[in-house]
Amino acid sequence: MQKSLKKYFPIFALPTVAAFLIAFLIPFLIGIYLSFARFRTVTDATWVGLDNYIRAFSNQDFLNALWFTIKFAVVSVVTINIFAFILALMLTKGIKGTNLFRTVFFMPNLIGGIVLGYIWQLIINGVLSYWGVDITYNASYGFWGLVILMNWQLIGYMMIIYIAGIQNIPSELVEAAKMDGASALQTLKSITIPMVMPSITICMFLTLTNSFKLFDQNLALTAGAPGRQTAMLALDIYSTFYGRVGWQGVGQAKAVIFFVIVALISLTQLVLTRRKEVEQQ
Amino acid sequence: MSMTKAKKTDIREANEVSKGTGIIMTVILAILTLVFLFPILIIFINSFKSRLFISNVPFQLPNSETFVGLTNYLDGAVKTRFFQAFGWSTFITVFSVVFIVLLTAMTAWYLTRIKTAWTNALYYLFVFSMIVPFQMVMFTMSKVVNMLSLDNPVGIIVIYIGFGSGLSVFMFCGFVKSIPLEIEEAAVLDGCGPIQVFFRVVLPMLKPTAITVAILNAMWIWNDYLLPYLILGTERKTIPVAIQYLRDGYGSIDMGAMMAMLVLAIVPIIIFYLSCQKYIIKGVAAGAVKG
Repeated sequence: MQKSLKKYFPIFALPTVAAFLIAFLIPFLIGIYLSFARFRTVTDATWVGLDNYIRAFSNQDFLNALWFTIKFAVVSVVTINIFAFILALMLTKGIKGTNLFRTVFFMPNLIGGIVLGYIWQLIINGVLSYWGVDITYNASYGFWGLVILMNWQLIGYMMIIYIAGIQNIPSELVEAAKMDGASALQTLKSITIPMVMPSITICMFLTLTNSFKLFDQNLALTAGAPGRQTAMLALDIYSTFYGRVGWQGVGQAKAVIFFVIVALISLTQLVLTRRKEVEQQ
Repeated sequence: MSMTKAKKTDIREANEVSKGTGIIMTVILAILTLVFLFPILIIFINSFKSRLFISNVPFQLPNSETFVGLTNYLDGAVKTRFFQAFGWSTFITVFSVVFIVLLTAMTAWYLTRIKTAWTNALYYLFVFSMIVPFQMVMFTMSKVVNMLSLDNPVGIIVIYIGFGSGLSVFMFCGFVKSIPLEIEEAAVLDGCGPIQVFFRVVLPMLKPTAITVAILNAMWIWNDYLLPYLILGTERKTIPVAIQYLRDGYGSIDMGAMMAMLVLAIVPIIIFYLSCQKYIIKGVAAGAVKG
Protein backbone atom coordinates (compact mmCIF):
# COMPACT_ATOMS: atom_id res chain seq x y z
CA MET A 1 0.00 0.00 0.00
CA GLN A 2 2.70 2.40 1.09
CA LYS A 3 4.45 2.11 -2.25
CA SER A 4 1.40 2.51 -4.46
CA LEU A 5 0.09 5.39 -2.35
CA LYS A 6 3.40 7.26 -2.46
CA LYS A 7 2.96 8.03 -6.16
CA TYR A 8 -0.37 9.69 -5.42
CA PHE A 9 1.15 12.82 -3.87
CA PRO A 10 -0.18 15.05 -6.69
CA ILE A 11 -3.75 13.92 -5.99
CA PHE A 12 -3.79 13.62 -2.20
CA ALA A 13 -1.43 16.32 -0.99
CA LEU A 14 -0.55 18.71 -3.78
CA PRO A 15 -3.74 20.82 -3.85
CA THR A 16 -3.56 21.52 -0.12
CA VAL A 17 0.18 22.05 -0.18
CA ALA A 18 -0.08 24.47 -3.11
CA ALA A 19 -2.78 26.53 -1.38
CA PHE A 20 -0.73 26.44 1.82
CA LEU A 21 2.36 27.73 -0.02
CA ILE A 22 0.45 30.57 -1.70
CA ALA A 23 -1.59 31.68 1.30
CA PHE A 24 0.85 31.06 4.10
CA LEU A 25 4.38 29.81 3.61
CA ILE A 26 5.64 32.06 0.81
CA PRO A 27 4.06 35.23 2.30
CA PHE A 28 5.49 34.25 5.70
CA LEU A 29 9.06 33.91 4.36
CA ILE A 30 8.84 37.09 2.28
CA GLY A 31 7.41 38.78 5.36
CA ILE A 32 10.43 37.85 7.46
CA TYR A 33 12.76 39.19 4.75
CA LEU A 34 10.76 42.40 4.26
CA SER A 35 10.93 43.22 7.96
CA PHE A 36 14.61 43.96 7.27
CA ALA A 37 13.87 46.02 4.16
CA ARG A 38 12.41 49.31 3.05
CA PHE A 39 9.63 48.91 0.49
CA ARG A 40 6.27 50.08 -0.69
CA THR A 41 5.12 47.34 -3.00
CA VAL A 42 7.27 44.29 -2.13
CA THR A 43 9.17 44.32 -5.46
CA ASP A 44 11.08 47.54 -4.66
CA ALA A 45 12.62 46.27 -1.42
CA THR A 46 16.08 47.41 -0.29
CA TRP A 47 17.88 45.87 2.69
CA VAL A 48 18.06 48.18 5.73
CA GLY A 49 19.09 45.74 8.47
CA LEU A 50 17.49 46.29 11.86
CA ASP A 51 16.31 49.79 11.03
CA ASN A 52 12.61 48.81 10.95
CA TYR A 53 12.84 47.11 14.34
CA ILE A 54 14.52 50.16 15.87
CA ARG A 55 11.79 52.38 14.44
CA ALA A 56 9.09 50.01 15.66
CA PHE A 57 10.39 50.00 19.22
CA SER A 58 10.76 53.77 19.27
CA ASN A 59 7.25 54.23 17.88
CA GLN A 60 4.99 55.55 20.64
CA ASP A 61 1.83 54.14 19.05
CA PHE A 62 3.34 50.67 19.01
CA LEU A 63 4.53 50.77 22.62
CA ASN A 64 1.15 52.11 23.67
CA ALA A 65 -0.62 49.33 21.75
CA LEU A 66 1.65 46.71 23.31
CA TRP A 67 0.95 47.97 26.82
CA PHE A 68 -2.77 48.30 26.14
CA THR A 69 -2.88 44.74 24.76
CA ILE A 70 -1.03 43.30 27.76
CA LYS A 71 -3.34 45.07 30.23
CA PHE A 72 -6.38 43.99 28.25
CA ALA A 73 -5.19 40.37 28.01
CA VAL A 74 -4.50 40.10 31.75
CA VAL A 75 -7.86 41.58 32.78
CA SER A 76 -9.78 39.51 30.19
CA VAL A 77 -8.07 36.23 31.07
CA VAL A 78 -8.83 36.66 34.77
CA THR A 79 -12.44 37.86 34.44
CA ILE A 80 -13.49 35.45 31.67
CA ASN A 81 -12.07 32.40 33.40
CA ILE A 82 -13.53 33.23 36.81
CA PHE A 83 -17.02 33.85 35.40
CA ALA A 84 -16.84 30.84 33.08
CA PHE A 85 -15.72 28.57 35.89
CA ILE A 86 -18.49 29.73 38.22
CA LEU A 87 -21.09 29.19 35.49
CA ALA A 88 -19.68 25.73 34.77
CA LEU A 89 -19.94 24.84 38.46
CA MET A 90 -23.56 25.95 38.56
CA LEU A 91 -24.42 24.08 35.37
CA THR A 92 -23.05 20.75 36.61
CA LYS A 93 -25.39 20.56 39.61
CA GLY A 94 -28.28 19.00 37.73
CA ILE A 95 -30.41 22.14 37.94
CA LYS A 96 -33.55 22.37 35.79
CA GLY A 97 -33.03 24.31 32.57
CA THR A 98 -29.31 23.56 32.40
CA ASN A 99 -29.48 22.95 28.66
CA LEU A 100 -31.30 26.20 27.97
CA PHE A 101 -28.81 28.22 30.05
CA ARG A 102 -25.87 26.55 28.34
CA THR A 103 -27.32 27.27 24.90
CA VAL A 104 -27.81 30.96 25.65
CA PHE A 105 -24.42 31.53 27.31
CA PHE A 106 -22.57 29.94 24.42
CA MET A 107 -24.39 31.77 21.64
CA PRO A 108 -22.43 35.07 21.53
CA ASN A 109 -19.32 33.08 20.66
CA LEU A 110 -20.75 32.37 17.21
CA ILE A 111 -21.32 36.02 16.32
CA GLY A 112 -18.54 37.66 14.34
CA GLY A 113 -16.23 40.31 15.80
CA ILE A 114 -17.44 43.19 13.62
CA VAL A 115 -21.09 42.55 14.53
CA LEU A 116 -20.18 42.17 18.22
CA GLY A 117 -18.32 45.47 18.14
CA TYR A 118 -21.28 47.44 16.82
CA ILE A 119 -23.75 45.74 19.18
CA TRP A 120 -21.71 46.82 22.19
CA GLN A 121 -20.99 50.24 20.77
CA LEU A 122 -24.72 50.96 20.86
CA ILE A 123 -25.17 49.57 24.39
CA ILE A 124 -22.13 51.30 25.90
CA ASN A 125 -22.82 54.61 24.18
CA GLY A 126 -26.42 54.32 25.33
CA VAL A 127 -25.34 54.00 28.96
CA LEU A 128 -22.67 56.68 28.70
CA SER A 129 -25.15 59.08 27.09
CA TYR A 130 -26.68 59.60 30.54
CA TRP A 131 -23.44 61.43 31.39
CA GLY A 132 -23.39 63.17 28.01
CA VAL A 133 -20.32 61.35 26.69
CA ASP A 134 -19.57 58.36 24.44
CA ILE A 135 -17.01 55.59 24.26
CA THR A 136 -14.44 57.71 22.42
CA TYR A 137 -14.40 60.26 25.26
CA ASN A 138 -11.85 58.44 27.39
CA ALA A 139 -9.48 55.56 26.65
CA SER A 140 -10.53 53.73 29.81
CA TYR A 141 -14.14 53.57 28.51
CA GLY A 142 -12.82 51.85 25.41
CA PHE A 143 -10.72 49.52 27.53
CA TRP A 144 -13.57 48.40 29.74
CA GLY A 145 -15.89 48.28 26.76
CA LEU A 146 -13.56 45.79 25.10
CA VAL A 147 -13.27 43.77 28.32
CA ILE A 148 -17.07 43.54 28.64
CA LEU A 149 -17.42 42.60 24.97
CA MET A 150 -14.74 39.93 25.26
CA ASN A 151 -16.38 38.52 28.40
CA TRP A 152 -19.73 38.35 26.67
CA GLN A 153 -18.19 36.56 23.71
CA LEU A 154 -15.88 34.07 25.41
CA ILE A 155 -17.47 33.18 28.78
CA GLY A 156 -19.81 30.65 27.17
CA TYR A 157 -17.02 29.06 25.18
CA MET A 158 -14.73 28.60 28.20
CA MET A 159 -17.74 27.45 30.24
CA ILE A 160 -18.25 24.55 27.79
CA ILE A 161 -14.63 23.43 28.26
CA TYR A 162 -14.89 23.69 32.06
CA ILE A 163 -18.16 21.74 32.06
CA ALA A 164 -16.47 18.93 30.13
CA GLY A 165 -13.60 18.99 32.63
CA ILE A 166 -15.88 18.88 35.68
CA GLN A 167 -17.96 16.06 34.19
CA ASN A 168 -14.82 13.98 33.77
CA ILE A 169 -14.04 14.01 37.48
CA PRO A 170 -14.65 10.48 38.83
CA SER A 171 -17.80 10.71 40.93
CA GLU A 172 -16.27 8.42 43.59
CA LEU A 173 -13.86 11.21 44.48
CA VAL A 174 -16.64 13.70 45.11
CA GLU A 175 -18.71 11.17 47.04
CA ALA A 176 -15.73 10.12 49.15
CA ALA A 177 -15.07 13.75 50.04
CA LYS A 178 -18.73 14.20 50.97
CA MET A 179 -18.61 11.15 53.24
CA ASP A 180 -15.50 12.46 54.90
CA GLY A 181 -17.54 15.54 55.72
CA ALA A 182 -15.82 17.96 53.38
CA SER A 183 -17.66 21.26 52.91
CA ALA A 184 -18.57 22.45 49.43
CA LEU A 185 -15.69 24.92 49.52
CA GLN A 186 -13.20 22.24 50.60
CA THR A 187 -14.37 19.91 47.82
CA LEU A 188 -13.93 22.73 45.33
CA LYS A 189 -10.44 23.54 46.56
CA SER A 190 -9.06 20.05 47.04
CA ILE A 191 -10.88 18.07 44.35
CA THR A 192 -12.61 20.08 41.64
CA ILE A 193 -9.90 22.66 40.94
CA PRO A 194 -6.94 20.22 40.94
CA MET A 195 -8.87 17.76 38.78
CA VAL A 196 -9.80 20.34 36.13
CA MET A 197 -6.31 21.85 35.97
CA PRO A 198 -5.84 20.70 32.34
CA SER A 199 -9.04 22.55 31.35
CA ILE A 200 -7.85 25.61 33.25
CA THR A 201 -4.57 25.58 31.30
CA ILE A 202 -6.41 25.26 27.98
CA CYS A 203 -8.85 28.04 28.80
CA MET A 204 -6.18 30.40 30.11
CA PHE A 205 -4.19 30.09 26.91
CA LEU A 206 -7.23 30.22 24.64
CA THR A 207 -8.37 33.48 26.23
CA LEU A 208 -4.80 34.80 26.27
CA THR A 209 -4.11 34.21 22.57
CA ASN A 210 -7.60 35.36 21.60
CA SER A 211 -7.12 38.58 23.57
CA PHE A 212 -3.70 39.17 22.04
CA LYS A 213 -4.89 38.65 18.49
CA LEU A 214 -8.10 40.70 18.85
CA PHE A 215 -8.75 42.82 15.78
CA ASP A 216 -12.34 42.93 14.45
CA GLN A 217 -13.91 43.80 17.80
CA ASN A 218 -11.31 46.52 18.36
CA LEU A 219 -11.89 48.00 14.90
CA ALA A 220 -15.68 48.05 15.25
CA LEU A 221 -15.99 49.16 18.87
CA THR A 222 -13.48 52.02 19.08
CA ALA A 223 -11.24 51.87 15.98
CA GLY A 224 -8.52 53.06 18.37
CA ALA A 225 -10.34 56.25 19.46
CA PRO A 226 -9.66 58.56 21.22
CA GLY A 227 -6.63 59.20 19.05
CA ARG A 228 -4.90 55.84 18.90
CA GLN A 229 -5.13 55.20 22.61
CA THR A 230 -7.33 52.11 22.42
CA ALA A 231 -5.65 50.50 19.41
CA MET A 232 -4.38 47.02 20.22
CA LEU A 233 -1.35 45.39 18.56
CA ALA A 234 -3.19 43.90 15.57
CA LEU A 235 -4.97 47.17 14.83
CA ASP A 236 -1.76 49.19 15.22
CA ILE A 237 0.03 46.90 12.75
CA TYR A 238 -2.87 47.24 10.34
CA SER A 239 -2.84 51.04 10.46
CA THR A 240 0.96 51.13 10.12
CA PHE A 241 0.71 49.09 6.91
CA TYR A 242 -2.23 50.83 5.32
CA GLY A 243 -2.38 54.20 7.02
CA ARG A 244 1.17 55.57 6.74
CA VAL A 245 2.97 55.75 3.42
CA GLY A 246 6.57 54.61 3.62
CA TRP A 247 6.01 52.74 6.90
CA GLN A 248 5.32 49.30 5.41
CA GLY A 249 8.74 48.04 6.54
CA VAL A 250 8.03 49.14 10.10
CA GLY A 251 4.61 47.51 9.85
CA GLN A 252 6.21 44.24 8.83
CA ALA A 253 8.76 44.49 11.67
CA LYS A 254 5.90 45.09 14.13
CA ALA A 255 4.13 42.05 12.66
CA VAL A 256 7.21 39.88 13.22
CA ILE A 257 7.46 41.07 16.84
CA PHE A 258 3.75 40.33 17.24
CA PHE A 259 4.27 36.85 15.78
CA VAL A 260 7.17 36.16 18.16
CA ILE A 261 5.06 37.16 21.20
CA VAL A 262 2.12 34.97 20.14
CA ALA A 263 4.47 32.07 19.28
CA LEU A 264 6.14 32.32 22.70
CA ILE A 265 2.75 32.16 24.42
CA SER A 266 1.83 29.06 22.40
CA LEU A 267 5.18 27.39 23.10
CA THR A 268 4.80 28.02 26.82
CA GLN A 269 1.42 26.34 26.67
CA LEU A 270 2.88 23.37 24.81
CA VAL A 271 5.68 22.93 27.35
CA LEU A 272 3.26 23.22 30.28
CA THR A 273 0.77 20.68 28.91
CA ARG A 274 3.57 18.25 27.94
CA ARG A 275 5.03 18.44 31.44
CA LYS A 276 1.64 17.75 33.00
CA GLU A 277 1.12 14.77 30.70
CA VAL A 278 4.45 13.34 31.82
CA GLU A 279 3.54 13.85 35.46
CA GLN A 280 0.29 12.00 35.00
CA GLN A 281 1.95 8.95 33.43
CA MET B 1 -20.80 6.19 24.62
CA SER B 2 -23.04 4.64 27.26
CA MET B 3 -20.06 4.67 29.61
CA THR B 4 -19.66 8.43 29.42
CA LYS B 5 -23.38 8.94 29.79
CA ALA B 6 -23.47 6.91 32.97
CA LYS B 7 -20.54 8.90 34.27
CA LYS B 8 -22.27 12.21 33.56
CA THR B 9 -25.37 11.38 35.56
CA ASP B 10 -23.17 10.07 38.34
CA ILE B 11 -21.22 13.25 38.73
CA ARG B 12 -24.40 15.29 38.56
CA GLU B 13 -25.88 13.22 41.35
CA ALA B 14 -22.69 13.49 43.35
CA ASN B 15 -22.70 17.25 42.84
CA GLU B 16 -26.37 17.73 43.50
CA VAL B 17 -27.30 20.60 45.79
CA SER B 18 -30.21 21.01 48.18
CA LYS B 19 -33.55 22.18 46.82
CA GLY B 20 -33.24 25.68 48.27
CA THR B 21 -29.79 26.28 46.80
CA GLY B 22 -31.04 24.86 43.52
CA ILE B 23 -33.86 27.41 43.32
CA ILE B 24 -31.55 30.31 44.15
CA MET B 25 -29.12 29.14 41.46
CA THR B 26 -31.88 28.80 38.90
CA VAL B 27 -33.00 32.36 39.62
CA ILE B 28 -29.43 33.67 39.29
CA LEU B 29 -28.93 31.78 36.04
CA ALA B 30 -32.26 33.02 34.68
CA ILE B 31 -31.24 36.61 35.40
CA LEU B 32 -27.86 36.01 33.74
CA THR B 33 -29.65 34.56 30.71
CA LEU B 34 -31.58 37.80 30.38
CA VAL B 35 -28.34 39.78 30.74
CA PHE B 36 -26.78 37.69 27.98
CA LEU B 37 -29.76 38.15 25.67
CA PHE B 38 -30.21 41.83 26.46
CA PRO B 39 -27.76 43.23 23.86
CA ILE B 40 -29.37 41.28 21.03
CA LEU B 41 -32.82 42.31 22.20
CA ILE B 42 -31.79 45.98 22.22
CA ILE B 43 -30.45 45.73 18.67
CA PHE B 44 -33.69 44.10 17.56
CA ILE B 45 -35.85 46.77 19.21
CA ASN B 46 -33.80 49.62 17.79
CA SER B 47 -33.90 48.23 14.28
CA PHE B 48 -37.54 49.39 14.15
CA LYS B 49 -36.84 52.91 15.41
CA SER B 50 -36.06 55.98 13.38
CA ARG B 51 -32.32 56.47 13.10
CA LEU B 52 -32.65 59.89 14.75
CA PHE B 53 -33.78 58.32 18.02
CA ILE B 54 -31.47 55.34 18.29
CA SER B 55 -28.39 56.98 19.76
CA ASN B 56 -30.37 59.22 22.10
CA VAL B 57 -32.77 56.73 23.65
CA PRO B 58 -31.46 53.24 22.84
CA PHE B 59 -33.18 51.61 25.82
CA GLN B 60 -36.68 52.82 24.99
CA LEU B 61 -39.27 50.78 23.16
CA PRO B 62 -40.40 52.28 19.87
CA ASN B 63 -43.52 54.49 20.16
CA SER B 64 -45.74 56.14 17.59
CA GLU B 65 -43.16 58.90 17.15
CA THR B 66 -40.07 56.73 16.76
CA PHE B 67 -41.45 53.61 15.06
CA VAL B 68 -40.54 53.39 11.37
CA GLY B 69 -41.49 49.83 10.49
CA LEU B 70 -39.13 48.20 8.02
CA THR B 71 -37.61 51.42 6.68
CA ASN B 72 -34.24 50.69 8.27
CA TYR B 73 -34.15 47.25 6.72
CA LEU B 74 -34.88 48.61 3.26
CA ASP B 75 -32.40 51.50 3.60
CA GLY B 76 -29.68 49.26 4.97
CA ALA B 77 -30.18 46.54 2.40
CA VAL B 78 -29.92 49.10 -0.41
CA LYS B 79 -26.90 50.92 1.03
CA THR B 80 -24.87 47.81 1.74
CA ARG B 81 -26.36 45.59 -0.97
CA PHE B 82 -26.92 43.20 1.87
CA PHE B 83 -28.52 40.36 -0.05
CA GLN B 84 -25.65 40.29 -2.50
CA ALA B 85 -23.29 40.22 0.48
CA PHE B 86 -25.29 37.35 1.92
CA GLY B 87 -24.86 35.53 -1.39
CA TRP B 88 -21.10 36.07 -1.48
CA SER B 89 -20.71 35.05 2.16
CA THR B 90 -22.67 31.86 1.49
CA PHE B 91 -20.79 31.08 -1.72
CA ILE B 92 -17.34 31.62 -0.20
CA THR B 93 -18.11 29.83 3.07
CA VAL B 94 -19.78 26.78 1.52
CA PHE B 95 -17.16 26.13 -1.15
CA SER B 96 -14.21 26.87 1.12
CA VAL B 97 -15.50 24.50 3.79
CA VAL B 98 -16.29 21.71 1.33
CA PHE B 99 -12.83 21.91 -0.24
CA ILE B 100 -11.04 22.29 3.09
CA VAL B 101 -12.72 19.21 4.54
CA LEU B 102 -12.14 17.06 1.46
CA LEU B 103 -8.61 18.18 0.58
CA THR B 104 -7.16 18.32 4.09
CA ALA B 105 -8.64 14.90 4.91
CA MET B 106 -6.83 13.50 1.87
CA THR B 107 -3.63 15.30 2.78
CA ALA B 108 -3.78 14.18 6.40
CA TRP B 109 -4.24 10.55 5.35
CA TYR B 110 -1.31 10.79 2.94
CA LEU B 111 0.96 12.48 5.48
CA THR B 112 0.12 9.91 8.16
CA ARG B 113 0.48 6.82 5.98
CA ILE B 114 3.62 7.85 4.07
CA LYS B 115 6.44 8.28 6.55
CA THR B 116 9.35 10.20 5.04
CA ALA B 117 11.35 13.20 6.18
CA TRP B 118 9.37 15.29 3.68
CA THR B 119 5.92 14.35 4.89
CA ASN B 120 7.08 14.83 8.45
CA ALA B 121 8.41 18.30 7.66
CA LEU B 122 5.15 19.19 5.89
CA TYR B 123 3.13 18.05 8.89
CA TYR B 124 5.12 20.27 11.24
CA LEU B 125 4.81 23.21 8.83
CA PHE B 126 1.03 22.83 8.94
CA VAL B 127 1.09 22.70 12.73
CA PHE B 128 3.42 25.69 12.85
CA SER B 129 1.05 27.80 10.74
CA MET B 130 -1.58 27.52 13.50
CA ILE B 131 0.40 29.76 15.85
CA VAL B 132 1.17 32.50 13.32
CA PRO B 133 -1.17 35.50 13.64
CA PHE B 134 -2.80 36.77 10.45
CA GLN B 135 -1.10 40.18 10.63
CA MET B 136 2.26 38.47 10.08
CA VAL B 137 1.35 37.45 6.52
CA MET B 138 -1.45 39.93 5.80
CA PHE B 139 0.50 42.39 3.66
CA THR B 140 2.71 39.99 1.71
CA MET B 141 -0.18 37.57 1.18
CA SER B 142 -2.33 40.25 -0.43
CA LYS B 143 0.56 41.12 -2.77
CA VAL B 144 1.06 37.47 -3.73
CA VAL B 145 -2.70 37.18 -4.30
CA ASN B 146 -2.66 40.21 -6.60
CA MET B 147 0.30 38.85 -8.58
CA LEU B 148 -1.46 35.52 -9.09
CA SER B 149 -4.81 37.24 -9.90
CA LEU B 150 -6.54 35.40 -7.07
CA ASP B 151 -8.28 38.59 -5.91
CA ASN B 152 -11.78 37.36 -6.75
CA PRO B 153 -14.44 35.24 -4.99
CA VAL B 154 -13.03 32.03 -6.47
CA GLY B 155 -9.42 32.87 -5.70
CA ILE B 156 -10.25 33.69 -2.08
CA ILE B 157 -11.39 30.07 -1.68
CA VAL B 158 -7.82 28.98 -2.50
CA ILE B 159 -6.55 31.34 0.19
CA TYR B 160 -9.04 29.99 2.73
CA ILE B 161 -7.90 26.43 1.93
CA GLY B 162 -4.32 27.54 2.56
CA PHE B 163 -5.09 29.26 5.87
CA GLY B 164 -7.55 26.63 7.03
CA SER B 165 -5.23 23.72 6.24
CA GLY B 166 -3.12 24.04 9.41
CA LEU B 167 -5.79 23.27 11.99
CA SER B 168 -7.70 20.92 9.67
CA VAL B 169 -4.71 18.76 8.69
CA PHE B 170 -3.69 18.63 12.36
CA MET B 171 -7.12 17.47 13.50
CA PHE B 172 -7.52 14.88 10.73
CA CYS B 173 -4.01 13.52 11.37
CA GLY B 174 -4.86 12.98 15.01
CA PHE B 175 -7.84 10.88 13.99
CA VAL B 176 -6.19 8.96 11.13
CA LYS B 177 -3.47 7.76 13.53
CA SER B 178 -6.15 5.95 15.54
CA ILE B 179 -7.46 4.00 12.51
CA PRO B 180 -5.94 0.50 12.48
CA LEU B 181 -3.96 -0.20 9.31
CA GLU B 182 -5.53 -3.66 8.97
CA ILE B 183 -8.82 -2.21 7.77
CA GLU B 184 -7.13 -0.45 4.88
CA GLU B 185 -4.94 -3.45 4.11
CA ALA B 186 -8.02 -5.64 3.85
CA ALA B 187 -9.45 -3.24 1.28
CA VAL B 188 -6.19 -3.37 -0.67
CA LEU B 189 -6.35 -7.17 -0.71
CA ASP B 190 -9.85 -6.85 -2.14
CA GLY B 191 -8.25 -5.01 -5.03
CA CYS B 192 -8.87 -1.37 -4.10
CA GLY B 193 -6.41 1.28 -5.26
CA PRO B 194 -5.44 4.17 -2.94
CA ILE B 195 -8.23 6.41 -4.21
CA GLN B 196 -10.88 3.76 -3.61
CA VAL B 197 -9.41 2.93 -0.20
CA PHE B 198 -9.62 6.56 0.80
CA PHE B 199 -13.13 7.30 -0.45
CA ARG B 200 -14.74 3.96 0.43
CA VAL B 201 -12.98 3.07 3.67
CA VAL B 202 -11.14 6.01 5.25
CA LEU B 203 -13.40 8.97 4.49
CA PRO B 204 -16.56 7.42 6.03
CA MET B 205 -14.61 6.74 9.22
CA LEU B 206 -13.42 10.36 9.34
CA LYS B 207 -17.00 11.67 9.57
CA PRO B 208 -16.97 12.87 13.22
CA THR B 209 -13.74 14.80 12.71
CA ALA B 210 -15.02 16.09 9.38
CA ILE B 211 -18.06 17.61 11.11
CA THR B 212 -15.84 19.31 13.68
CA VAL B 213 -13.47 20.62 11.01
CA ALA B 214 -16.41 21.85 8.91
CA ILE B 215 -18.01 23.72 11.82
CA LEU B 216 -14.80 25.37 13.00
CA ASN B 217 -13.93 26.54 9.49
CA ALA B 218 -17.47 27.64 8.67
CA MET B 219 -17.64 29.83 11.80
CA TRP B 220 -14.28 31.38 11.03
CA ILE B 221 -14.89 32.05 7.33
CA TRP B 222 -18.46 33.31 7.72
CA ASN B 223 -17.37 35.85 10.35
CA ASP B 224 -14.01 36.77 8.85
CA TYR B 225 -13.61 40.45 8.05
CA LEU B 226 -10.02 41.31 7.20
CA LEU B 227 -9.19 38.69 4.58
CA PRO B 228 -12.20 39.35 2.31
CA TYR B 229 -11.77 43.09 2.82
CA LEU B 230 -8.12 42.99 1.74
CA ILE B 231 -8.67 40.63 -1.18
CA LEU B 232 -12.11 41.55 -2.51
CA GLY B 233 -12.33 45.17 -1.36
CA THR B 234 -15.79 46.71 -1.11
CA GLU B 235 -16.92 45.88 -4.64
CA ARG B 236 -17.90 42.35 -3.72
CA LYS B 237 -18.67 42.46 -0.03
CA THR B 238 -19.19 39.64 2.43
CA ILE B 239 -21.54 40.33 5.38
CA PRO B 240 -18.86 41.59 7.85
CA VAL B 241 -17.39 43.84 5.14
CA ALA B 242 -20.88 45.16 4.32
CA ILE B 243 -21.47 46.07 7.97
CA GLN B 244 -18.13 47.79 8.39
CA TYR B 245 -18.87 49.61 5.11
CA LEU B 246 -21.78 51.40 6.83
CA ARG B 247 -19.17 53.18 8.91
CA ASP B 248 -16.36 53.61 6.37
CA GLY B 249 -18.40 54.26 3.24
CA TYR B 250 -20.47 57.18 4.53
CA GLY B 251 -19.69 60.30 6.52
CA SER B 252 -21.69 59.41 9.62
CA ILE B 253 -23.13 56.03 10.57
CA ASP B 254 -26.79 55.56 9.71
CA MET B 255 -27.71 53.94 13.02
CA GLY B 256 -31.06 52.71 11.74
CA ALA B 257 -29.51 50.85 8.83
CA MET B 258 -26.78 49.60 11.14
CA MET B 259 -29.26 48.08 13.61
CA ALA B 260 -31.25 46.43 10.83
CA MET B 261 -28.14 44.95 9.21
CA LEU B 262 -26.89 43.66 12.56
CA VAL B 263 -30.18 41.85 13.01
CA LEU B 264 -29.97 40.39 9.51
CA ALA B 265 -26.38 39.29 10.21
CA ILE B 266 -27.28 37.59 13.49
CA VAL B 267 -30.47 35.79 12.41
CA PRO B 268 -28.82 33.22 10.09
CA ILE B 269 -26.21 32.44 12.77
CA ILE B 270 -28.87 31.84 15.41
CA ILE B 271 -30.88 29.62 13.05
CA PHE B 272 -27.76 27.64 12.20
CA TYR B 273 -26.84 27.38 15.88
CA LEU B 274 -30.25 26.21 17.05
CA SER B 275 -30.53 23.64 14.26
CA CYS B 276 -27.17 21.95 14.86
CA GLN B 277 -26.37 23.07 18.38
CA LYS B 278 -25.21 19.64 19.52
CA TYR B 279 -22.55 19.39 16.81
CA ILE B 280 -21.44 22.98 17.21
CA ILE B 281 -20.83 22.80 20.95
CA LYS B 282 -19.10 19.42 20.64
CA GLY B 283 -17.05 20.55 17.67
CA VAL B 284 -15.91 23.78 19.24
CA ALA B 285 -14.95 22.00 22.46
CA ALA B 286 -13.03 19.33 20.53
CA GLY B 287 -11.27 21.99 18.46
CA ALA B 288 -10.19 23.83 21.59
CA VAL B 289 -8.77 20.76 23.29
CA LYS B 290 -6.83 19.69 20.22
CA GLY B 291 -5.81 23.13 18.99
